[in-house]
Amino acid sequence: MARIIVVTSGKGGVGKTTTSAAIAMGLAKKGHRTAVIDFDVGLRNLDLIMGCERRVVYDFINVINGEATLNQALIRDKNCNLLYILPASQTRDKDALTQEGVGKILEDLSKDFKYIVCDSPAGIERGAHLAMYFADDALVVTNPEVSSVRDSDRMLGILSSKSRRAERNQEPIKEYLLLSRYSPERVKLGEMLSVDDVQEILSLHLLGVIPESKSVLNASNAGVPVILDEKSDAGQAYQDIVARYLGEDRPHRFIDDKKGFFGKLFSRSH
Amino acid sequence: MSLLDYFKISKANSASLAKERLQILVAHERSSRNQPSYLPQLQKELLEVVRKYINVGQDAISINFEQDDDQETLELNIVLPDAQVKNT
Repeated sequence: MARIIVVTSGKGGVGKTTTSAAIAMGLAKKGHRTAVIDFDVGLRNLDLIMGCERRVVYDFINVINGEATLNQALIRDKNCNLLYILPASQTRDKDALTQEGVGKILEDLSKDFKYIVCDSPAGIERGAHLAMYFADDALVVTNPEVSSVRDSDRMLGILSSKSRRAERNQEPIKEYLLLSRYSPERVKLGEMLSVDDVQEILSLHLLGVIPESKSVLNASNAGVPVILDEKSDAGQAYQDIVARYLGEDRPHRFIDDKKGFFGKLFSRSH
Repeated sequence: MSLLDYFKISKANSASLAKERLQILVAHERSSRNQPSYLPQLQKELLEVVRKYINVGQDAISINFEQDDDQETLELNIVLPDAQVKNT
């Protein structure tokens, strides 16, 4: 049986797709067969972030409708042969995404894969609901910013009441906090909520902090998940996150402002 | 951060303001999240009944639902107007 992971947030633009791509790649690079599914019907973007946009032939909804087999629709990643991408449909009606259809696909994938990463769309509509409904674990991507924190809390409420696990009275979905676009300098200046602040409000287990980083845009420009940029801070942050998710004990990084006095003197203000 | 900023005494701390606002908001939203769905309708109908007999305003009724581990409490508050009650 595969472990189903939903990457969710409620709010848009906080880094769900970046995170889905990075986590899926990280799990696959660690030797686990992993599938990553784009649930954003009508606005697919995971293919672009993974750099396989020109290889999309069939999509999620083709498979649900029986117009293609799962094997025809899955795209093997060019960087890692244990990683497969199931793209969302770009043109079709959102109503084609049904609970039965999604459940069937996840069940089929579960036979072949160790991890299934579900990249949720923003909002709390059908796509977002179905992305989290079957999940075992939830990675809640949050920015240290009021609207993102509020929406994350809202998502937590939905995860605990509207999922399959909740409906069946099973052990609840395991929820983890991923704090992204974090800027230790601004936290130090009192301009940004700190990790502790966000954790205190959401009371979630912190899986990792991803610093605000130029490497994220560079990676998406090139269509390569940022985790493969091993020299970058964001890439390393995601590697830590994957390792922690798999049970490794790694100290948290990128939380404190590491620049010394001279670094501060010469760095430009933001 | 420039050299000047380094010696400047920190200005108004917007992060603590954000935290304070979020804590209040999140606590409020969590308490209403667990409420039964019939609560707004119940409140509306109760208000209609009360207004048949007493002249009270829209905001006169507040319903508060609380859930502990082993019990649920429904608290109902009706603010009566001062003197005119006896006259009607």
